[in-house]
Amino acid sequence: MLPLTEKKISLTIKELDSGLGRISDLSISIGKLSAADWAEPEGPTPYPTLATLRNWDRKLLSRYQPFYMPFCDLCCLCTYGKCDLTGTKKGACGITMPAQQARTVLLAASIGAATHTSHARELVSYAIKKAGRDCPINPGGNAIGVEAPVIRLVCGEKPKTLADLETVLDYCESQITSLLAVTHTGQEGDPLDFESKVLHAGMIDQVGMEVADLAQISALGYPKADPDAPLAALGMGTVDTTKPVVLVIGHNVPPSVAIIDYLHNENLADQVEVTGICCTSIDATRYSPRAKIIGPMSWQLRYIRSGIPDVIVVDEQCIRTDALAEAKAIHAPFIATSDKNCLGLPDRTHDPADAIVADLAAGRQAGVLILDPEKAGEVAVRVARAVMQSRKKVSTTVDPENIRELAAACTECRLCQRACPNDLAIPRGMKAAGAGDLSLLAGLYEACVGCGRCEQACTRKIPVHSLIISAAAERIKNEKFVIRTGRGAIQDVEIRNVGGPIVLGEIPGVVAFVGCANFANGGKEVAEMSVEFAKRRYIVCTSGCAAMSIGMYRDEEGKTPYEQFPGSFTAGGIVNVGSCVANAHIAGATIKIASIFARRNLRGNYTEIADYVHNRVGAVGVAWGAMSQKAAAIASGFWRLGIPVVVGPHGTKYRRMLLGRADHDADWYVHDQRTGEDVYAGPAPEHLFVAAESKEEAMVLIAKLCMRPNDTSRGRAMKLTHYIDLYQRHYGTIPDDIPRYIRTMTDIPVTLKGEITRILAASDWKERPIPDPTLLEHDRPVPPGRSADIP
Amino acid sequence: MTSADPWQTAEIAGPKKATVITKPAMARAVIRRAQHPVLLIGHSAALIDLGGRKLVDYLLDLARAQNIPVIATGHVNRALRERGYTSAVIMPAVEAGHRIADPGWKGPVGKGPCDLAIIAGLPYPMAWTLLSGLKHAAPHTKTITLDNTYQPNANWSFANIPAKDWMENLVAIAADTGTEGSIDV
Repeated sequence: MLPLTEKKISLTIKELDSGLGRISDLSISIGKLSAADWAEPEGPTPYPTLATLRNWDRKLLSRYQPFYMPFCDLCCLCTYGKCDLTGTKKGACGITMPAQQARTVLLAASIGAATHTSHARELVSYAIKKAGRDCPINPGGNAIGVEAPVIRLVCGEKPKTLADLETVLDYCESQITSLLAVTHTGQEGDPLDFESKVLHAGMIDQVGMEVADLAQISALGYPKADPDAPLAALGMGTVDTTKPVVLVIGHNVPPSVAIIDYLHNENLADQVEVTGICCTSIDATRYSPRAKIIGPMSWQLRYIRSGIPDVIVVDEQCIRTDALAEAKAIHAPFIATSDKNCLGLPDRTHDPADAIVADLAAGRQAGVLILDPEKAGEVAVRVARAVMQSRKKVSTTVDPENIRELAAACTECRLCQRACPNDLAIPRGMKAAGAGDLSLLAGLYEACVGCGRCEQACTRKIPVHSLIISAAAERIKNEKFVIRTGRGAIQDVEIRNVGGPIVLGEIPGVVAFVGCANFANGGKEVAEMSVEFAKRRYIVCTSGCAAMSIGMYRDEEGKTPYEQFPGSFTAGGIVNVGSCVANAHIAGATIKIASIFARRNLRGNYTEIADYVHNRVGAVGVAWGAMSQKAAAIASGFWRLGIPVVVGPHGTKYRRMLLGRADHDADWYVHDQRTGEDVYAGPAPEHLFVAAESKEEAMVLIAKLCMRPNDTSRGRAMKLTHYIDLYQRHYGTIPDDIPRYIRTMTDIPVTLKGEITRILAASDWKERPIPDPTLLEHDRPVPPGRSADIP
Repeated sequence: MTSADPWQTAEIAGPKKATVITKPAMARAVIRRAQHPVLLIGHSAALIDLGGRKLVDYLLDLARAQNIPVIATGHVNRALRERGYTSAVIMPAVEAGHRIADPGWKGPVGKGPCDLAIIAGLPYPMAWTLLSGLKHAAPHTKTITLDNTYQPNANWSFANIPAKDWMENLVAIAADTGTEGSIDV
């Protein structure tokens, strides 16, 4: 037998008798995963390329049309330009404004997918070095049967070992290269084809994220699908400042692991604080709950300027590019550990640790590049211990008397406010502070996203951000919270328990809060929204910086949401899956519902499963303050599965929405598999990508976007109850689109029967069947390697 | 401070920029000449203090005086209802923008495509992007913002003006009397 797919070879010899000897049961795989024991038949689209799923994408994009909101009238990408694309003008290459916007979205999504996939490559190589190529993929022991739902679905593969993940990454990397090529001048020109490729980038991103988290869970002993994963400390106030403190920033955990291992091996774990910002800190707590999370990216300036860290170690992604300068200002030695982020530092990778420690501790070098995580870990700990006494925690914050003096220099020109992404009333705070009242300045702290643009704008060179955090010193001291460490995947038994109630609509929805909350009061609002939906018995999932933000608030009894709600994937749970790359488990849970609950084949069967998820699984993503290209890729992955995403007001800067038209009835017909008829199913979900202007509007949208054509009457009634309740609470009236969501009289919530019956009677509403819904009536999947036939 | 630079200093749009409303008669003329205007009110309108009232009060004065249909975005509808205004159409701002950009949409009251969108009370960056969407995709629709910060993507916008000037302008624009101005496109 010699199956050959693309450049991958699998050779199996049952019996061979040759002059060299006798061979039996020999199996050799080169660049190909072995799936000999996987009985599931292969679906139509394993390893899809750019156009394989184009028909499905076009189906989604015809319902959810792009509404472009250009961030700039110009295209500046080639030397033909700049080209003015205002209105219907074309660029020198012929490109239109809609195509240019879609091209920019594709660039963002490709950057995001490349970043996660590159991170995955780092982690797989590291994990193989640490645990061996044959280390089994193990996200949850016996609790997990479908170990890699995204990889199974997209690639049609069932990875068993870390080495298998390398083949999956080969595929991701080839696709990302092709996607980037699409954005070259004079390449793709149609907005919807660009958009289809955006969705492709998002799907590849999910594969890359799944690879990354499977590798680190399997090799590093993280919690394995554990709903009761331990709690870890969260917040600046949790740090013991009498000890040497290491700060790690970024997303790639190996240097943090090396720091923790070194401390353990040297019996120093009690003597040094390991603190972190961004996802690398979440993963550090998955490795050791003794590590402490300071906060999201927006905590970088405030924490460094506090002077608490004695040494700063950065890896990759979401690191302030001026972190080195900030570290120098507090005399904290700096160690860069990624070849993606060298920061102009001397490469000391191959020097003895003793020499590096000596140079950093003596201040002969402010920072170094060490591309060896173990060495970086040792150096970080030794340097922190060496400099702690001499540094004396020197900070660049300001004492109260100096705040008044510096603030009094403010001329109220308002340039700081105009530079602030959130338009914060900084001049008012400065004026009051200059007169001795620090309360207004301190009050800005919670809304501030810590970008520091205010300082760049100030013509009087006032350290505005430092003044804000100095005024809020008392509040910062009290940042003492807990977060449930990332549990990773969702167990099969959890899926079995909730699959039915979700698909039938009896659990009103799965709401995933992901990404940064880089928006004025965004962290607080994410926490409030998560608690609201957990109380309403939705399943709340979270990851990354949103997971930190949720932990940073307490109820009246002083409990954080992680102490109030269970960590299990069940109604009323708040489920922290882990760092950014753990987002794949949220998408994976929706895919596993199709597999485990509905027994649909996953293997290379993307369109059928996406159609299932879109029509039956009431899931919504919320990226309330997302700012990055990775967030764009994550959202795109959800879109291709037909899962809507809500962003905050700043999310309009992603340049386009994907919006349905509830008033176009023809857009909302589905094929009823039971009867063969086309049936009006209402706008469920109404949008695929929509920006909300306020937290209140977001909550109404979330409840509404959880409705699906497959909801039973009981489920629909429950979903409508939440939608109508939130709508009335925040808008002061009953929604006018209720008739679109009532299929039969039994859909009407009991408590609202009279009112809704009157509304229906006053409209042209007619009872209609509840379909067994699909959008795939006449679709034939496109064979691999062939272009889709677009009508 | 009166300045026709984008309020957020980095938000430079491109070659086509809003004409500055230098006197209320200009805005009044724009609004009165529209056949099917719509007033899009964002949630900040209920939060902004202006001369002892809220911005939303001035905007409702305009809607009532000129009989302009209102689209309530965010959660501002509650504030409208508290003021006795119950006929707003409620939808997210981006959804409103998407529909306004469709020349086939009959508008919030079904009378025809919007030829003028009057916008106020949205967060600045959201208004910026929304107006950009309409600038490029809605050639049949003119846009005017009544916030006191310069929005380059509108057809007409105030410069960055102080609250007192803003309030006086809003009162004058809503007033049903006064001299017609000319439209400077």
